[in-house]
Amino acid sequence: MNQSNCKGSMSTASSSTNWKANDVVPDQFPAGLRVLVVDDDPTCLVILEKMLRTCLYEVTKCNRAEVALSMLRENKNGFDIVISDVHMPDMDGFKLLEHIGLEMDLPVIMMSADDGKQVVMKGVTHGACDYLIKPVRIEALKNIWQHVVRKKKNEWKDLEQSGSVEEGDRQQKLSEDVDYSSSANEGNWKNSKKRKDEEEETEDRDDTSTLKKPRVVWSVELHQQFVAAVNQLGIDKAVPKKILELMNVPGLTRENVASHLQKYRLYLRRLSGVSQHQGMNNSFMGPQDATFGAMSSLNGLDLQTLSVTGQLPAQSLATLQAAGLGRSTTKSGIPMPLVDQRNLFSFENPKLRFGEGQQQQMSSNKPMNLLHGIPTTMEPKQLASLHQSAQSIGSMNMQVNTHGGQGSSLLMQMAQPQSRGQILNESTSSHVPRLPSSIGQPIMTNGIAGGVIGRNGIGDNSRGTGYNQVPPSSSMLSFPMNHTTELAGNSFPLGSTPGISNVTSKGSFQEEGNSEMKGSAGFMQSYDIFNDLHQHQHKSHDWELQNVGLHFDASQNANPIQGNLDVSPSVLVHQGYSSSQRSGQNRNASAVGRAMFSGVECVEQGNMQNFSPHLNNLLVDNSVRVKAETIPDANCQATLFTEHFGQDDLMSALLKQQQGGIGTAETDFDLDGYSMDNIPV
Amino acid sequence: MERNQMRRQLALMRQSFFDQGFLDEQFIQLEELQDDANPNFVEEVVTLYYRDSSRLILNIDQALERNPLDFNKLDNYMHQFKGSSTSIGAKKVKAECTQFREYCKAGNSEGCMRTFQQLKKEYAILKRKLEAYFQQARQAGPLETACRSRN
Repeated sequence: MNQSNCKGSMSTASSSTNWKANDVVPDQFPAGLRVLVVDDDPTCLVILEKMLRTCLYEVTKCNRAEVALSMLRENKNGFDIVISDVHMPDMDGFKLLEHIGLEMDLPVIMMSADDGKQVVMKGVTHGACDYLIKPVRIEALKNIWQHVVRKKKNEWKDLEQSGSVEEGDRQQKLSEDVDYSSSANEGNWKNSKKRKDEEEETEDRDDTSTLKKPRVVWSVELHQQFVAAVNQLGIDKAVPKKILELMNVPGLTRENVASHLQKYRLYLRRLSGVSQHQGMNNSFMGPQDATFGAMSSLNGLDLQTLSVTGQLPAQSLATLQAAGLGRSTTKSGIPMPLVDQRNLFSFENPKLRFGEGQQQQMSSNKPMNLLHGIPTTMEPKQLASLHQSAQSIGSMNMQVNTHGGQGSSLLMQMAQPQSRGQILNESTSSHVPRLPSSIGQPIMTNGIAGGVIGRNGIGDNSRGTGYNQVPPSSSMLSFPMNHTTELAGNSFPLGSTPGISNVTSKGSFQEEGNSEMKGSAGFMQSYDIFNDLHQHQHKSHDWELQNVGLHFDASQNANPIQGNLDVSPSVLVHQGYSSSQRSGQNRNASAVGRAMFSGVECVEQGNMQNFSPHLNNLLVDNSVRVKAETIPDANCQATLFTEHFGQDDLMSALLKQQQGGIGTAETDFDLDGYSMDNIPV
Repeated sequence: MERNQMRRQLALMRQSFFDQGFLDEQFIQLEELQDDANPNFVEEVVTLYYRDSSRLILNIDQALERNPLDFNKLDNYMHQFKGSSTSIGAKKVKAECTQFREYCKAGNSEGCMRTFQQLKKEYAILKRKLEAYFQQARQAGPLETACRSRN
């Protein structure tokens, strides 16, 4: 192996470079581990170097972060691990950490004389694999090799399992649930309806699984190409597949791009974290909104579904619906148009039409399953925030689902929130608008997102709850995606959720519920999540990470339904959601929706199969990995965002309505096409 | 004989550093890193420390002359200074650094200035002691200066 970076001692152990986790670890290991140590303090640097040499590592020291970065870039596979100080004059240690994570994906250990909890936490959130307090003792350095092994092992394991995941370690870190999702999801995904996606996915999977991809090193040029592609596509619409096409780099796989995108989104999220209060109105917001919308719609739908499936007592369902519907006369006018485009919702029952009578058509469905998966973490407060009935429903589901409680639990949940349900509180309303934007379409994703959100959303409080369930919801999500002409109906749920409460139409809602159930289930989850998010605004960052991962998995496994909606949309939603919450802007919804959409998009493109593994990744960083298989065509994206004037608008309008009671939803967003009255709910 | 005596003196001197709180456990870590490949490692590190930290001291002195005091900047400097001092095991100096940072956080100009004077004193005392110590160690011969075993 090249010893180029070795400062002086040429250690003989050279195994560190190319061994893989599953390979036999060289006897001399960890001797020869190539360490790059960065610290502006020359005294510390010298001492560390000596200590590391004593541990028989190959040490390269550097006192400037910029120099360190260029060293890493020049010598792509030249180092195994990096140790960096936190406080440096030319670049913040955490920034360096992010760069390394994005570009080289090496394990990084942070060090500082500062042992304050916040700083250590910052290290954790930025992805440091360890944090050492100065003065560093040699004993602490002796074991750093474990981080290298662990990372490689995770990567390898991912490759094995999914054949496409590169960030296995990331997944694992993210959530406990991640594991099951990847394998389970894969199985489920296959069943999903997205045949096209499946095929695509399969192909990808084959590719990835058949070859042990060497780690891709993201050089500056490559990263710049990547960023250019992402910017060109628009952060919301930047899906791995398209990015890959734009970049046109031979040998680069979609998975490489997807995992890199995850990191990049994480990085962006962090960047905007500071300004979150301002609200990230960009794409991130979008997703949230979307989710919201979805959630709301879900709520309505869920009720239906639930009732249909028998889980939700008809009465409760009715009550819920009434609550939701009764609230505002404004119809959710939402998304009907949206629905058309999307057809996403159409899955089993295209009945989404809002206005239609109520029949519950709960067709067959799979949708019911969705509910199960939905992590019901919805908390009452969350409910309230979302929008009354919609919310409540969502929450109900969410809560019920907490552990995948199947329909019954959902139902229960639903019933409960009823009281709350009419919640639609103003507070959340603000969020709601957000949702709508993407929600219209995303409803489908919402389902997914919902699921995801649910998971994630579980909010600060319940972060954990959401986790497990998602699977059913995922399926839900997918359904909207596919093909449904009913989109109109479907979308409505999303958008309408807030509106649902308004919409008294309930009839339609029910129908939608059937098909939407799936989605709604997801939504509910997401719905809850949003609530959560909403409530815990500050959390967005944290929980996103946490939740994201979790949800995805959940949804994947469970949904039999086309479910390809992958969680990503939800993930996106989350992000968007949290941001939106903070910013309290309604308009974000549109952004969110978009974001969600992008998640959805990803899903579409993604291969269904990949979905699961990616979900995990998504978890990590909200990347859109979610392959929305459900949306077979990219039009979803387009339609979602462009066509409908924005579910956000709808949503916000709905939300507004809710807030203000039945009135017309003036909502900040302009419902271009939808009149609130039309919302069939 | 003379050598043995010198070594004995050296050992006593060294022990007094610990007993009187001038140095702490971290210094021993440095000593343990010293080996045949780097027989003067500890001295090299300490020399490096004094060279680098004198620059910091100058910066802090200048910053303390400003009015009003920029506590943030002062705290930053002190954070660096503390890091270095900690890594060589300069216990008393480190304590003064901590005190200084407390005053910075409290915005206590008077306290900062007072503490810094104290810090410079401790810093100078330690420097003198260590210089004498290393000089004697060199005279005593290339044998290990630390009492502990090398590994």
